[in-house]
Amino acid sequence: MAITVPRPKLNWRERMYLPAIVAGLAITIKHFKNMLLGRTKVTMQYPEEKWDSSLPDHYRGAPALVRDEDGRVRCVACQLCEFICPPRAIKIIPDEIPSTDRFAKVEKYPEEFDIDMIRCIFCGMCEEVCPEQAIFLRKDYAITGFTRADMIHDKEKLLEIGGVIHGVILKWNEKK
Amino acid sequence: MDSFLIITSLLKIVGILFVVILPMVSYAVYAERKVSAAIQDRLGPNRVGPAGLFQPIADMLKLLLKEDFTPRTANTFYYWLAPCLAVMPAIITIAVVPFGSTLLGVPMVIADVNIGILFVFAIASLGVYGIVLAGWASNSKYPFLGGIRSSSQMISYELSLGLAVIPVFLLVGSLRLTSVVQYQIEHGWFIAPFVGDWLNPWKWLLAVPMIISFVVFVIAIFAETNRLPFDLPEAEQELAGGYHTEYSSMKFALFFLGEYAAMITGSAIIATLFFGGWHFPGIPDGSHGWIFGLINIAVFFAKVAALIFVFMWVRWTLPRFRYDQLMRLGWLFFFEIALVNIFIVAAILAYLPNK
Repeated sequence: MAITVPRPKLNWRERMYLPAIVAGLAITIKHFKNMLLGRTKVTMQYPEEKWDSSLPDHYRGAPALVRDEDGRVRCVACQLCEFICPPRAIKIIPDEIPSTDRFAKVEKYPEEFDIDMIRCIFCGMCEEVCPEQAIFLRKDYAITGFTRADMIHDKEKLLEIGGVIHGVILKWNEKK
Repeated sequence: MDSFLIITSLLKIVGILFVVILPMVSYAVYAERKVSAAIQDRLGPNRVGPAGLFQPIADMLKLLLKEDFTPRTANTFYYWLAPCLAVMPAIITIAVVPFGSTLLGVPMVIADVNIGILFVFAIASLGVYGIVLAGWASNSKYPFLGGIRSSSQMISYELSLGLAVIPVFLLVGSLRLTSVVQYQIEHGWFIAPFVGDWLNPWKWLLAVPMIISFVVFVIAIFAETNRLPFDLPEAEQELAGGYHTEYSSMKFALFFLGEYAAMITGSAIIATLFFGGWHFPGIPDGSHGWIFGLINIAVFFAKVAALIFVFMWVRWTLPRFRYDQLMRLGWLFFFEIALVNIFIVAAILAYLPNK
C-alpha cells in the first residue's frame, strides 16, 4: 500500500530560506573564526608529532628481546613463543652455551631469533608464554621497510628495541 | 593612437594580468582549500613550503606532467577549443573594470569603453560556450548532462543578472564603469546609498531597491560563475565532475582556473557596481600623488579579495540546489523581483523632488 509521507507545512519565514541561510553562514564563520584564533583542536601533525607520549601503558607494539643486568640475552631458546605464535612469525635457531662460559648453567641460547614483522599480529602471546620474561611488546608502532627482508627483525634489531630490563617483572600483576 | 597610449595600455595589460590576476587565480585555489579547511575544523594544505604557500606551484607542476588524454570518440577540434573558451571570457572582462583611480596621470582601467557593463555581459556570457562545447565534444554521458545543465542555468540567470543592475544605471545615467565609480564617490556606495545625503528621506527610499538589486545580482553572479549552491554543471557527486569529466592535465587545469578567474571577475564587477570600486572614504584619488594611486588599487583588490572570501564562505555553507529548485528560483523569483525592482526605482526617480 502506498504511504503518503506528510511534508511539514512551512511558514512564510521558513519558505523564504534567507533566515536559514544566514544561520548557516553564522555557524560556518564561527568555526572559521575559532580556527583563526587557534581555539579549535586540530588533528596531530603525524611525522612531526608522534603518539609516543600519549600511548597507554598496556599498548602492544613491536615485540622485542631484552638483556638482563649482566648483559646476557634473557632468552634461553626454549622455543615456546615460536610454538604459540599464531601467525608463525617467530623463527628460533637454538645453540648450546659452551661449558667454559660464565652462564654455562643456562645451557641454551638463541643463535638466531627472527620475527617477521609482516606476519606479526601484535597479539602478545609470546610475551605471555615466555617463562624467562625475555620477550616483551614495546611501544614501537611505526615499523617500516622498503623490502620484505627489511621487515624481518633479527636478534640484533630485537635487542636494540628491547634494551635492558633488571630483575623480575610481575607481568601478571599489572599491565607490563 | 599615440605611442604613449599604446605603451601604457600594454604595461597595464601585462601588469594586471600577470602580476595580479593570474597569481590571484592560483592563490584563490589555495585560499579556497584553506578557507574550507578552517570552516570544517581542519588545517588544509601545510606541507609544501611555509603554511603550504607553494601548493599552487606544486599543483601546476603536477598538472603539467600529467598525461594529456583525448578520448578516441571525442570531437578533437571542439575538445581542444573548449578549455580556451572557458578561461578567455573571464580574463577579457577584467579589461573594462576600473581597478584604480590614476597612477602618474594614467587612468587605471585598460579599456574605458562607454558600453562598459554591456561589454561585461556580452563577454561573460560567452563562458557558457566553453562548458557546453566541453560537454558536447567529450562525447560522453556525464559531461553532456553537465553541458546541458550549464546552458539552461546560464540563460535563466543571465536575465536576472542583467535586470538587477538596471537600477544602478538608471541612477548613474551612463553604462561606463568609471562613471559608476565616480557617481558612488559623490553619492555614497550603492550598498549604503546616499550616505552624504542622509538628511533627505526621499533618497533613503532608494536604498531599499538598491539592496534588493544587490542581493539578486550577487545570487545571479553565483549562478553565472557555477559556484555552489549553483554548481550543477559540474556537480561532483551526481555527474562525476560534469563537463570536465573527460579532461585531464592542463586542459582540466584551464577549466579549473577559468572557474576561479570567473569568480575574480565577478567579484571585481560586484565591487565596482555596488562597493564603490577603488573608492574608500577618506582616501583621495591618484591625482594627489602616486602613493594614493597605489593605495586605490590596493583598496580595489582588497574588496575583490573580501568578496572572494564571501564566495568561498557561501560555498562551504550551503548545499547544492536541486535542478528544478534552481530553475524555479531563477524564473519565478529573481526574474520577477528584478523586474519589479526596476519599476520601483524608476517610479521613485520620476517623483523624486529636488534631485
